[in-house]
Parts: sequence; structure tokens; C-alpha cells
Amino acid sequence: MIYQDSKVLLEVRGLCASVNGVEILKDLDFTVKSGEVHAIMGLNGSGKSTFAKVLAGHPAYEVTSGSVLFEGQNLLALKPEERARAGLFLAFQYPIEVPGVGNGQFLRLTYNTVQKQRGKEELDPLEFDDFVRDKMKLLEMNPDFLDRSVNEGFSGGEKKRNEILQMALLEPRLAILDETDSGLDIDALRVVAHGVNQLTTKDNAMVMVTHYQRLLNYIVPDYVHVMEAGRIIKTGGKALALELETRGYEWVSAEHQAAASVPV
Amino acid sequence: MSAVLQNLVNQPYKHGFVTDIESEVAPKGLNEDIIRMISSKKKEPEWLLEFRLKSYQAWLKMTEPEWQNCHHPKIDYQAISYYAAPKIKAKLNSIDEVDPELLRTFEKLGVPLHERMALAGVAVDVIFDSVSVATTYKHKLAEVGVIFCSMSEAVLEHPELVQKYLGTVVPTGDNFYAALNSAVFTDGSFCFIPKGVKCPMDLSTYFRINTEESGQFERTLIIAEEGASVSYLEGCTAPAFSTNQLHAAVVELVALDNADIKYSTVQNWYAGDENGVGGIYNFVTKRGLAKGVNARISWTQVETGAAITWKYPSVVLLGDNSVGEFYSVAVTNNYQQADTGTKMIHIGKNTRSTIVSKGISAGKSNNSYRGLVKIAASATGARNYSQCDSMLIGEECGANTFPYIQVLNNSAQVEHEASTSKIGEDQMFYFAQRGVDAEAAVSMIINGFCKDVFQQLPLEFAVEATNLLSFKLEGSVG
Ligand SMILES: Nc1ncnc2c1ncn2[C@@H]1O[C@H](COP(=O)(O)OP(=O)(O)OP(=O)(O)O)[C@@H](O)[C@H]1O
Ligand SMILES: [Mg+2]
Repeated sequence: MIYQDSKVLLEVRGLCASVNGVEILKDLDFTVKSGEVHAIMGLNGSGKSTFAKVLAGHPAYEVTSGSVLFEGQNLLALKPEERARAGLFLAFQYPIEVPGVGNGQFLRLTYNTVQKQRGKEELDPLEFDDFVRDKMKLLEMNPDFLDRSVNEGFSGGEKKRNEILQMALLEPRLAILDETDSGLDIDALRVVAHGVNQLTTKDNAMVMVTHYQRLLNYIVPDYVHVMEAGRIIKTGGKALALELETRGYEWVSAEHQAAASVPV
Repeated sequence: MSAVLQNLVNQPYKHGFVTDIESEVAPKGLNEDIIRMISSKKKEPEWLLEFRLKSYQAWLKMTEPEWQNCHHPKIDYQAISYYAAPKIKAKLNSIDEVDPELLRTFEKLGVPLHERMALAGVAVDVIFDSVSVATTYKHKLAEVGVIFCSMSEAVLEHPELVQKYLGTVVPTGDNFYAALNSAVFTDGSFCFIPKGVKCPMDLSTYFRINTEESGQFERTLIIAEEGASVSYLEGCTAPAFSTNQLHAAVVELVALDNADIKYSTVQNWYAGDENGVGGIYNFVTKRGLAKGVNARISWTQVETGAAITWKYPSVVLLGDNSVGEFYSVAVTNNYQQADTGTKMIHIGKNTRSTIVSKGISAGKSNNSYRGLVKIAASATGARNYSQCDSMLIGEECGANTFPYIQVLNNSAQVEHEASTSKIGEDQMFYFAQRGVDAEAAVSMIINGFCKDVFQQLPLEFAVEATNLLSFKLEGSVG
């Protein structure tokens, strides 16, 4: 929701980033204020996941120019774990499997790490177990997932739910959900969307990367952005997503090119 | 491999101090005179001198094995001192008589001597360089008929037992290093658990090499008679020297009908520095004979140290229904090399063996699993299950698996599973994205990987092993 007096949470200016020497993000600008819900859409390969990973500090991506402020501090100077502890959360498009590491144990480690950072109480295994089971109920997740290895053998949709569970535990300031809706069946989509909506407050913000309007029916965005070739080429309200759904991306691209070719 | 990972693996070795203590070191080199000297120093009976000389003759005709996946400059066996002992004036009756400097060393190492030991309830035999310096709880064990003492003492006080079993599991000419050990072994532990006795406490030996140019050749013999059972723990460390020291031990286990021997090792010999200079050559022969029906022998090892490890704790399953187990974690970093595994030789009917091997390589190290499962024609109904998993940390290390399977009986079932995984950048990033730093992430991933082995260890050892691994791998992932 857009609030009049809300603070700027994330401010990205002229961000360029490359991987293996190939420039992917090209002069990207993006601003998020607290309370807001943003959707980023765009063709495959346009750089949406790259943007998310660059914000989270993935070591494979090199920021070549531009700036990113997160609650006023220079995000790019922080290590990935520091960014996370500062309240940046990324629900991965492809959550990784960690064989041998119990999911419950992992969740407790991440929870306690962040709690400690915030000067809050850490939970012992028994306390945590009660706590996490409550959160799992919210997402209609079977507690059996606590005893399995992190994401190992989870179905696509189960992995996504496990990501949102982590978001619910860590209570981030800014959550980026990278195609959390892909791979979810219709019921799961509703459950997850409901969970996400419950977590949204006027003090945090959400950025959803998605290809489909159906998610946006449940989590209604304040802004919809279109990404192409590593930059945001159009921003609109929730109606833009509906328009994209019917008309595709070509017209946005054409419009953008026309605007760019106009002599100043 | 990123810098964070690098730093994590490269932590200094904390047991690398030398104890300043007066010791008696034999002149370098090996010949019959040296062997006679060792034997007479230890006031050994004639048969044992014969045993040594026979082994020496066998050794002279043998050559070092070359099939293992390890490389080192040729060892000059004449440049090693075969006997080094802290000077101890009289025979010790209690731990209080041990040189305080030695005790401090063991305190530094965290060996639970003294009161701490009483609390832990562990009987400890401590081998410093070549000589056993303290055996605790001897009297308490004697009440139930358990003999736990140094090998030297056993030779003098229980010669009939030693003579009956010594060399019966690992014959003198078994292999190059075993033959060398049989010729020059200086001490080690001896355990005898009589018929029907469940050893009332864990028995433990702590090995320490302290002298720069000495080798350590200890010899351990554990016998569990019918229905007896024992859990035995072995730990090892050494100071950091820029030269390599040779450690060529032999361990023999004998389990009679319904007996149960569980042997656990946490090996943390000095591994050399980050450039591969120095470190222990750990060339060890360990073998158990499950001689009786329903006998069970279980090896659990956590190998973290040594420049080179060459070691295959094995079980010969002779008795019908006997069981052999091998649980292993081998970690290598920097320039360490490990070629380790097991042999399960099934001879009796319905014999069963389980092999679980976890190899972790980091840095420029090389880690190989080598195992033999042999089902003899007589072993009707024999079964083996092997699982060998390797984990790579970084780009410059190597892991290999060499499983050899020989089956001569059609009714046997042999199963082998293997996997290789990697602590990759994406895994680390996943943890980092949830606020977890590299150190905690590696520790959690590694412990998860080793879980099946760690849960076989006695509790205190499991904790030690967990810490040791995290410490060892700090800096290697990033
Ligand atoms: N590690 C990498 N090495 C080489 N190219 C990469 C790497 N990571 C991303 N790219 C390239 O960057 C471009 C953007 O990829 P990205 O994953 O950000 O796209 P996306 O917008 O999330 O696409 P999708 O909608 O399919 O998820 C693609 O062309 C991709 O191939
Ligand atoms: Mg993507």
C-alpha cells in the first residue's frame, strides 16, 4: 500500500552489473518505500533474477557502477550475510538443496542468527519447534518438512513454500520474491499469497518478480515495472500488469525505443 | 574459491608445540643391533626378539607399496631414530609420579588425565613418543579381570597372552610397514577382556609424537573373549616440525564368539603447513579378526591430520554370523593426501559388513577411498552394504573412489553406493542470504555430511570430532 509519509527503503541509481564479463544490468533505477508492493515483470533473460541476486550480494556478480542505498546505508559495501541481517530477504527462483542438513536445524540457525543481530531472544530447539510449527500452519505446511534435509527432494512448490516460511521467520524489511508463484498449484498459490499478505505491514515492503497476473490477483501491487535488457523501461500501476497479460511486451519495448530515439 | 572460504580452511594447528623434556633417543638407523637394543631396553623375552628379527628379515626383502594414490619423496629409513623415550627414572605406580611437564603437555592437549578423567570415567593409556607413560584406572579394571596396560608391560606381565595373539591378525610379513613395525615397535596398548565381561568403562589411548627425528611405531592388541565387549578410543597429535615423521602402527583386534569390539579413532597428527612442508606420514595397519560366531568388530575413524594417511582398518569375518563395520570421515586440506578405506573379508556364513565412508577434500589436497569387499566361496548368505560419499570444497582438490569387489559365492548380496558433492558458491550464498556466515555454514554442511559417522562415536569424541572438523576447514569455503 502507498502511504503518504513513508520512508524510502531502497534506492537504486544507475546500477550496472556484469557476470563473467558480460554486462547484464545496464543503468537501472528503482525506488521502494516502506509499505509498498512492487511487481517486476519482463521477458525471460531480461535480468530480473540478476537484479535480485545483485541486491542480495551474490559473489558471482560484479557491480561496475551505480549506487544502492538500503534504509540510507550503502548496501553494496555489506557482505551478503550482513545484508540479510539488515533485513533484506530474497526468496530464490531456484532454492538450492543442502543434503544432510536438517531443515528444522537450518531454520533455527537462520532465525537465531537474525534474532541475535536484532538484540532479540534466541530460541532453543524445543521453543523453536513450537514457534516454527505455528508459522508452518499459516502456510499449511506439514511439520514433516522440518525433519527432512533442506529442500532436498522437495517438489518445486514445496521449495517455494519453504522459502516463504523462511521469510515468515526472518520478518525482513524488504522481501524480494523471485517467481515464488511459478510451480505453485492454484491452492498453494492462494495459501502462499495469503501468508505473504499477512506479513505485509506499513514498515516493510515487497518486490515480486513474476510472469503472471494470477499472483497479482492475490497480492495486489502498487507499482508494476517492466524490465528489458537490464533496465526498467516502464512503470505503471496494477492495471499495467493486466495490459501486459493481454498485449504482451512488444508494445512496451516499441514505446520505449520511440521515446529513446526522440532527439532532445 | 572466494577469500572467505580460503580463510575458513586455513586455521593454524594448535597442537604444534614441543614439550621440553629430557628424553633418551636411540642413534639413527636400523639394523639388528638397534633391534636388539630396543628389545633389551624393554627386557623382552627371547621369543619376542625372535619375532622382531624375523620381521626385520622379512622387511629387508620387501618394498614400499606404490599402488596408493599418494606421493612423497623416498623415505630414508636409516635417517630415523627408532626409539625415543622420555627419561623416567623408576617405574610409575600412579599418575602423580609422572613428570609434571608431561602432564602439562597432556593438559594442553585436553587429554583427560587426573580428576577430569575420573569424572569422564575413561581409562587412559598415554603413549609419548615411543613409551607408555601412564595408564589410569588399572586397578579398577583389574577387579573385573580386564587387563589394560602398555604393550611393554603386557609383554612382561602377561607374556602368554601376548605370545598367543601377537601377529595372528597382522602377520609379520603382511606388508612393508607392518613388517617394519613388527621389527621395531616400542610400545602401544594392550587390552584383554575376559570371557563374559562387559568392560565397565571406555578404554582410551592417547598417542603423541614429540621428538623431531624419531618414528613412532606403536603396537596395539585388543582381545575380547567369548561374550566380552569393549569400546576403545584412540587419539593422536604431534608437534609441528618442518620435517616429516613416520608413524607406522599396527593394531590387531581379536573377537571370539559373541564378543564385541568397537574401536574409535580421532586422528589429528600434524598435517604439515599450508605449503605442504612437514607433517606426519601415517602408514598404519589396522585389522580385526571376528574369529567366533556372532562376533562384531566396528571401526570408526575421523582422520583429519597427517601429511599422508595410508590406512585400511579391516575386518576378517571368520565366524559365522559375524559382523564388520567401518565408519570413516577423512578430511584433507592444503597439500594433505589420504588414501584410506577398509577391507571386509567374508569367510563365515551369513557374515555381514557395512561400510560408510565420507571423504572431504579442500585446498590442493587429494582424498581417496579404497576398499575391498571379498566374499569367499564359503561365505554363504554374506551381505555387504557400502556407501562412499565425497565432498569437495573449492576447485583445486581431488577425490577418488576405488571400490574393489570380489564375490565367489552366488548367494551373497553386495551393494555399493557412491556420490560426490560440492560445497558450492550457491550453497554458501543461500546460507549467507539467510544471515549465516561462511564459518557456521560450512560447519553445518560438513556436520550434516558426516552425521552417519559421527553418531557412531562415543559422545565426547563426537563433540571433539565436530569441533576439529570445523576448525580444520575454517577458511576453505567462500
Ligand atoms: N552466471 C551467469 N553467466 C552467464 N550469463 C548469465 C549468468 N547469470 C545470468 N546470466 C544471463 O543474464 C541474463 C539475465 O538472466 P536472469 O536470470 O537475470 O533473467 P530473468 O529475467 O530472471 O529471466 P527468467 O524470467 O527466465 O527468470 C540472461 O541472459 C542470462 O543468461
Ligand atoms: Mg529469473
